[in-house]
Amino acid sequence: MITTTHYMVVSAILFALGTFGVLTRRNAIVIFMCIELMLNAVNLTFIALSRQLGNMDGQVFVFFVMTVAAAEAAVGLALMITFFRNKDTIEVDDISLLKW
Amino acid sequence: MEVIFFYLVALIAVLSGLLVVTCKSPVNSALALVNTFFCLAVFYVMLHAPFMAAIQIMVYAGAIMVLILFVIMLLNLGVEPLKKYTHTVWGIIAGSLVFILTFLFITRGQTSKVAGAITNEVVMREGHTELIGKAIFVDFLLPFELASILLLVAIVGAVILAKREV
Repeated sequence: MITTTHYMVVSAILFALGTFGVLTRRNAIVIFMCIELMLNAVNLTFIALSRQLGNMDGQVFVFFVMTVAAAEAAVGLALMITFFRNKDTIEVDDISLLKW
Repeated sequence: MEVIFFYLVALIAVLSGLLVVTCKSPVNSALALVNTFFCLAVFYVMLHAPFMAAIQIMVYAGAIMVLILFVIMLLNLGVEPLKKYTHTVWGIIAGSLVFILTFLFITRGQTSKVAGAITNEVVMREGHTELIGKAIFVDFLLPFELASILLLVAIVGAVILAKREV
């Protein structure tokens, strides 16, 4: 019998993997993909709990999370393209113009 | 039977997530992420939310991942140089800490015993799309309009950021 806890544990594992990726990888696009992984883990939690509580609010929130993720993808990738055009690299170790 | 299917799809999702985090080439990470999105869409169907599964594949796997792959190909990055990770030990500590804390409050916490009105039978009878449509256009109309303005702002911002001469 698959309960809500099973889905939430899978979501926790994906979220922890995404956290590890965001903190350790150096390529900015891979960091962005790990952020999307974290967002999807949270989406799974929302839908599982929405099913358990018999409510539509969780699924509407997932809808808006997907919208915001799409907008963030567009703007973030445009930012990376501009940065690559100026610095010819996309490693986050080299993005250090604001360090004192 | 459903249990075996769930564990299989969960295993594939977690392995794909692991591949996203550990692949050398960004294209391999992107393909593993598409695989994760498909596994999550299967989970949404198992949770009686077929509209969200279709939207997940259309928006995430169909639009966002295509955009990411376009940018990877456009920048012509190639394979990553030698050092793929920075501060690996701190990353592992932070990731395992996040997982342990989340696991503790998943297994120890209790959700409220309120059983809402929208059960699986209601979803199957009335159609999931209609239920989400009712929720978005009646209860959540203002966030819906704000989301459309957000998308407009994102489009304008992305075009201005990526132009050659402003």
